[in-house]
This record gives sequence, structure tokens and C-alpha cells, in this order.
Amino acid sequence: MAELGTMRVKSGLAEMLKGGVIMDVVNAEHARTAEDAGAVAVMALERVPADIRRDGGVARMSDPEMIREIQEAVTIPVMAKVRIGHFVEAQILQELEIDYIDESEVLTPADTAHHVDKWKFTVPFVCGCTNLGEALRRIAEGAAMIRTKGEAGTGDVVNAVTHMRAVFGGIRRLGALDPDELYTEAKNLQAPYELVRWVAENGRLPVVTFTAGGIATPADAALCMQLGADGVFVGSGIFKSGDPSRRAKAIVEATTHFNDPEVLARVSAGLGEPMVGISASTLDPSQLLETRGW
Amino acid sequence: MNEGPRIGVLALQGNFREHAAMLRRLGVDVVEVRKVEQLEGLDGLVIPGGESTTFMRLMRLYGLEEALRSFDAPILGTCAGLIVLDRDHLDLVDVSVERNGYGRQVASFEADLDLEGDAVPLRGVFIRAPRVRDAGPHVEVLAEHGGEPVLLRQGRFLVASFHPELTDDTRVHERFLDLVREETGVRA
Repeated sequence: MAELGTMRVKSGLAEMLKGGVIMDVVNAEHARTAEDAGAVAVMALERVPADIRRDGGVARMSDPEMIREIQEAVTIPVMAKVRIGHFVEAQILQELEIDYIDESEVLTPADTAHHVDKWKFTVPFVCGCTNLGEALRRIAEGAAMIRTKGEAGTGDVVNAVTHMRAVFGGIRRLGALDPDELYTEAKNLQAPYELVRWVAENGRLPVVTFTAGGIATPADAALCMQLGADGVFVGSGIFKSGDPSRRAKAIVEATTHFNDPEVLARVSAGLGEPMVGISASTLDPSQLLETRGW
Repeated sequence: MNEGPRIGVLALQGNFREHAAMLRRLGVDVVEVRKVEQLEGLDGLVIPGGESTTFMRLMRLYGLEEALRSFDAPILGTCAGLIVLDRDHLDLVDVSVERNGYGRQVASFEADLDLEGDAVPLRGVFIRAPRVRDAGPHVEVLAEHGGEPVLLRQGRFLVASFHPELTDDTRVHERFLDLVREETGVRA
């Protein structure tokens, strides 16, 4: 008998995306540009994070019609975002046969205490995190893929780096603990003991871990890969730049050849204007997206 | 003691690490292949799962498309690796394949497969899997699902529409290494 929606099948798709770039797109034309550039998947949304930040207001799941257009435009997987805790938006995306749901802090949260119970869905979920405890809570809720958060829509990679260091450093520290110290550490991390022990024994998260938020150049992408990410999400950084197609291709090559400075130097040359960006340290705490998530 | 074979894993993108880990468990010396020169001296190559459009673009850019056409050792292709080898792409294996032939991710599944010449079933994990629509007369079917071929062999090529690297079962990789041993015997 064929079994659908097992954890192996859900996390398996994330395994296939490793070493790749997932690009935010707002229409079918962007989606085709991303696919031609070698993106492994696209994230369909109405506004890229930079525009959500500029426009303010409530950011919600995208119009299903726009998602369908993007699904028809490309053959690579199509992902889409739901608000944190908005399980009905997730039911709608599952009905649309989206390939991955991102329960995302980039949209305005629908619940200030609870995330979606992701075990109830056949479609896999990816969730953001700023530290190891948050990652493990999302995995306990059924997330089949994790992305460390950056500060989306800024073009500033600093917060992505901070959170990757927090997660990967946290994993290394767990490995140094004595087994009988893991119980209290689970309490400190506010995460299930079984997951904490698994991570301590295996030296990694049990699911694929991408990074996102503020990646704007091939060098940013390679930096994230060298720090230990399995792949990268690029949001505003591509379609808010001067030459999106060229930049997209360069970021794809940099993600594959992240340890090869000769390739990185070549693909970084002559890309035109990067997205202008906002220094994340100048943002008021109330404007931060990364602190959303419980 | 003979040294283990030296096998490349195409590492442009996708599930190359799991293939490499499985091959190492079987005593293989594994090389990650991102550039043409890394194909030199290999006894075999694995083309893993991933996104075939991404593979094809990066292969073309780095001259790997031509290099693989003239590569003469055994190749194991899984999922996207099967697509890369089919009639519409490198045309090295005589099969026609429909990409995402079972549907989108909600239709991804796992199922037990009867492996030719083996009484114990093999767990097949199918992720947005390609579907083999037609196979030429020299292609041998080693496993089927729902009456359709999912593991096939043609000479020095072994291809699967599922992901043997996502389970702990090493039998598909062992069959590939048998092919490698046969071929290195012939070439030596």
C-alpha cells in the first residue's frame, strides 16, 4: 500500500532542495525568471518582504488565483506562506496542492501563543527560528524543514548570521554536555527532551535547515552555506535589484560552489545595482519581523 | 586487500550527501563532483535526486553535459538523476519519463517494492517522482510499482524513480557497486 504524507516523504522534499536557492516571486513572469536561473523552488507571495515592510498594514496569505498562475508557470516546487497559527490559511493552501507551506513571521501573526499543528497536514511545513529552542519547538509541532530567520526585507545579512550562529553553535554546545545534563538543558531550551537528546547525539537538526532573510549577494549566499546552512531563501534581494535574472543566476552558482573563491569572484562581478537595503540595526524593535514566533 | 572503488557523486545540488554517506558505509572512496576535472579516474558516478532543471543549467554552464556523454563508467541515477539520463536530456538511457508524473508533493508517497531476484521487499520513497512512460527493448525492469517500472537497468546504467538513499536499505547501491565491479573487470 502506498502511504502519503509520512514524515519521510515530507522531509524528503526538503532533502532534494539542499544546496539550492528558493526565490520569492510575486507573479508568473518572476517565477519563470527564477526557474530559468536555476532556483530549486519558488515562494509565491503578493508582496516581497521589502514591500510589506514599506506598505505596513496586515500581511496575509496570497490570493489563490495568483498562486495558481505561478503553479501553472513552472515545474519546480511552489511554496506559499501562511500567518503564524492560521491553520485555515494552511487548509486552503493544502487544497491548492501547494508543495510546501511556510508558516512565516513575514506575514502578520494570527495567534500570539500557538503555531499551526503541522502533523494534521499532508503538505509539509517550513518554519523560521532564531535559536535552537525555537527550531525544536517547531519540529515538535511537525515542521519538516527549518529556516533560520534573518530580518526579512532589509538586504542586511547580519541577523541571518546571528541566528545561524545561535542555532549551529547551540547544537555544538549540546554535543559537549554530559547525557545527564540534557534534561535540564531541554527545560532551558523549552523543547522536548527526546529531540534535545537526538540533536546532542547526531550533531544536527533532524530536518533540513535553510537560512533566510537579508541575503542580497552571491557572497551572502556562500557565507550562509559556509556557516552550515543546507540552502538559502532569497526574498527581496533578487527582484528588488537592478538585474534580477543575472543576480539570480549568480546566487545559484554561488550556492553550489560556496567553497570555491574563484567561482565566487567571477559570479560576483558586474551584477549591477544590489537592492538598496536598510541596516537592520537602525530598525525600531516594533518593526522587527524576526521576533514573531513563540 | 584491494582498495574500494572510487565513485563520484554529482554535487551541484540535491541529495548528494546521503548518497555519499551510503556509499562510504559500503567501503567506497567518494568524490564530490562539481567540475569536469573531478570526473577523472572515477570507477562510477551517482546522479542524485534534486531539481532536474537546476542540474541541467549548472551542468551546461560547467561543461558537465558533454563530459557526462563521454564518461564511460557505470552511472546510478535516482529521481532527478533518472530524468537527466533520459531520452529528452542526455539520452544515455532509452526511457521516456514524465516529470512529476505522480503529481505534486501531496501525492508523494512511500511503498514496498518487489525487487527482482530478492524475496525481501524494498521500501521505495517517491518524492514528486518522475514516471517512466516508455522503456526501450534493452532496458531491464528490476522493480515495479502499480505495474509500472521504477528501477531499471540498461548495460552500465542503473536508474530509479525513487530514493534509495533516504532509507537504511543499501541493496540498490550494492547492485550499483556490482555493476562497477563488472565494468572495472572488463576495462582492466
